[in-house]
Amino acid sequence: MMQLRCPWCGERPQNEFDCGGTTGIARPPLDCDDATWAQYLFFRANPKGAHAERWRHTFGCGQWFNVRRDTVTHRVTAVYGIAEAGPQVD
Amino acid sequence: MRARYSAWNLLAAARGGQRDWAPAWRDAEPGTRYDVVIVGGGGHGLATAYYLAKNHGVTDVAVLEAGWIGGGNTGRNTTIVRSNYLYPESARLYDFSLRQYEQLGRELNFNIMLSQRGVLTLAHSRHDLDAQSRWANAMRCNGIDAELLDAREVQTLEPRLNTGPQARYPILGGFIQRRGGSARHDAVAWGYARAASALGVDIVQNCAVTGFLQTQGRVTGVTVSQRGQERRIQADKVALAVAGHTSVLAAQAGLRLPVTSYALQAMVTEPVKPVLNTVTLSPALGTYWSQSDKGEVVIGGALDHFPSYAQRGSFDVMQQVVAATCEMLPSLGRLRLLRQWAGIVDVVHDSSPIIGATPVPGLYLNCGWGTGGFKAIPVGGWTLAYALATGHAHELAAPFGLDRFITGRLIDEAGAAGIAH
Repeated sequence: MMQLRCPWCGERPQNEFDCGGTTGIARPPLDCDDATWAQYLFFRANPKGAHAERWRHTFGCGQWFNVRRDTVTHRVTAVYGIAEAGPQVD
Repeated sequence: MRARYSAWNLLAAARGGQRDWAPAWRDAEPGTRYDVVIVGGGGHGLATAYYLAKNHGVTDVAVLEAGWIGGGNTGRNTTIVRSNYLYPESARLYDFSLRQYEQLGRELNFNIMLSQRGVLTLAHSRHDLDAQSRWANAMRCNGIDAELLDAREVQTLEPRLNTGPQARYPILGGFIQRRGGSARHDAVAWGYARAASALGVDIVQNCAVTGFLQTQGRVTGVTVSQRGQERRIQADKVALAVAGHTSVLAAQAGLRLPVTSYALQAMVTEPVKPVLNTVTLSPALGTYWSQSDKGEVVIGGALDHFPSYAQRGSFDVMQQVVAATCEMLPSLGRLRLLRQWAGIVDVVHDSSPIIGATPVPGLYLNCGWGTGGFKAIPVGGWTLAYALATGHAHELAAPFGLDRFITGRLIDEAGAAGIAH
């Protein structure tokens, strides 16, 4: 099973966590048009490869944090705080 | 060479040792220009090519497949066909598909081994019973067969289910769509391929699409990689029927989609004599069972709930599925798993497909079927072919356009039909 390193609890099996999808999406102004709002709500890059995403240690400390993971190999290359900017994506 | 499949031809060919059969379809080399290029040689892509040729007379068509036809999700699903959806738009769409399946073997002259053994959904609580009454009644309002069952009827239908008083998940009843069942997945792919090929469609294998040719924003063809060689193929229109890889290809044309790719796994046990009569689904456990004609018990479960392009499933989901099987069908508990695999599925927020034109001129889509694409192959092909040939959305597909994410008119089958996502 994939292991994730919770910043508070250390390395734990993936089924203790919930994935919250792509991270770092900026909300557009509330008076934006419907197309912009749809992009914000629904449209995602869905990359095959490096993906910056949110995870929550649901069955542990309950904290949210960010992960940069490869969606093919499941290799995690960075773990960082929920409010932090991630490492530069190459 | 014999091309038509019949008992008479089988007998007649026996004299020559069954050696004079024509190949089922022509393994083509790609040309340099087509009216329509379809990316993806799975069920949906091949069906699209067939209906383009048959319904619209468009035969200058190529289906480009990166691997071998039917080798992606078409060969990785649990082969269930059903139309037990809740909303009228979905009911029309999926039941059209099931009605096509009901006569497809005859139409294609290819035995797709359709077995309408019934799709049985179990109710484990009073709330399940209430929800399923609503669900079955909605189906009947939409003109689709559904029958509510009590516990005894479920037990009679599927006696191996754990209906004992000690059952952790008691069975209070359920409902069945008797027209549901299963079909042979590679027969569907090969049947469509054979029929499309006979009408003049080029089916090209080992030909991966790497990008698009674009002129002033319009897609005018594709670039492909075949046996290490790069080449260009011009096309008036290009359609994507690549399921979990739709986002990757669409990004090459500068298009972002409301799709997330997940791994969905399935598994089979070693083959045994007939033990299961129906396709049985426990929504509470997120697991479903059927028995293949070879005798393997085919078991499917929920998604791995994180984005993935790895064609393998996680152990925790497999463990859940196996635990549910041992609990609900205790007499199968000592069977060994023979194979386990995963396919990459294209999940959309409302669990409904996206069919038709895109904001990129010349580029068309058939995606978003998520965990349930196999049952939809005929209607996916039919409606995408219509959009490609006429430039308009087919009446059945009109509610399933990309614009619904902007207008907000979603068709939320995830919450409604209780399908396992």
